[in-house]
Amino acid sequence: MEPEKIRSNARVQIVLGLLIGIAFGFLLQKGGVTEYGVIIGQLLLTDFTVVKVMLSAILVGMIGIHVMKAKGLVRLHCKVGSIGSTVVGGLIFGAGFAVLGYCPGTAAGAFGSGALDGAVGMAGIVIGAGLFARLFPYLEQKILNLGVFPAETIPEMVGVRPAWVVVVVAIFIVGILAVLAELGV
Amino acid sequence: MFTWLSMASWSPYIVGAGIGVLVWVAFFFSDRPLRASTAYAKTAGMLELALSKKKAVAMPYYRKFTPTVDWQWMIVVGIVIGGFLSAWLGGTFSVFVVPPLFAGAFSADPPLRVAVALIGGILMGLGARWAGGCTSGHGISGTLQLSVASWVAVICFFAGGILVAGLIFGFPFLPGG
Repeated sequence: MEPEKIRSNARVQIVLGLLIGIAFGFLLQKGGVTEYGVIIGQLLLTDFTVVKVMLSAILVGMIGIHVMKAKGLVRLHCKVGSIGSTVVGGLIFGAGFAVLGYCPGTAAGAFGSGALDGAVGMAGIVIGAGLFARLFPYLEQKILNLGVFPAETIPEMVGVRPAWVVVVVAIFIVGILAVLAELGV
Repeated sequence: MFTWLSMASWSPYIVGAGIGVLVWVAFFFSDRPLRASTAYAKTAGMLELALSKKKAVAMPYYRKFTPTVDWQWMIVVGIVIGGFLSAWLGGTFSVFVVPPLFAGAFSADPPLRVAVALIGGILMGLGARWAGGCTSGHGISGTLQLSVASWVAVICFFAGGILVAGLIFGFPFLPGG
């Protein structure tokens, strides 16, 4: 079956979403990042499991997605950010990250593994998302478009071919992972 | 195979690489980045619809993120199931309300943890939609596409998180913290 046919079949997509979600939840739980103590440990800089998982995912994902994109198999889904949206929202998210001790994905995985406070967090995230939707018309007019970033992607911003940025970021990630392993954190 | 599935935990590098491969699958078969927080906005929209159909339909945000059960929504349903399967097979499944670290630092009584988790969740839901993504959407799927916004977002997630976690628990990396 052609990927285009799979992509446009809503019923197949619902099943695919469920299967990808199950695999994602399975991995998050096996990686330990659905644990409150592991996430707080990362934010207190005493346990670097979250960073190790994220950097490994970025490394493998980045190389594969850019190879597939160069072959015309996938397209990128980037949006241009801004200070008013990305920075302000990111800092609010960070505060929530530390107070809840899970993120939207890991709260769901934590709930699945028996942590009922994860389910409470999920309810909170729905309320917060609903609050944002209520505020959206005002925020869009006043804040979200302040200080729009100059480009969608780093290669566009720097003006070099994506492959070079992929190589530099890959070396950078391997270097950080090596330092973390050396430090034993 | 089964011994592997029944291990309590896997190396973070293996887990990360597996998530990277999942992102390939999501891009190739679904033409979508792997992200979690959009599903919560959809759920909020479903609740608004249940409260007042007319009002919800008129809200501009839900025209961008339609309140429907789709690929995106099923991802979060799947994460709950996957988290359960992993914990159950690994023999680590246990039902609790207060995580050990929170109980040790503050209180083992559920009401405090429930209130804190709810407040944290509200901040997180607000921030995720404000920034246009969460730890998966920006932190993994966006950064690996080399998105400028996603790298800025993930730096802000951790800057805000490290600051607030330090204010709550004390900064262990500071002398006397």
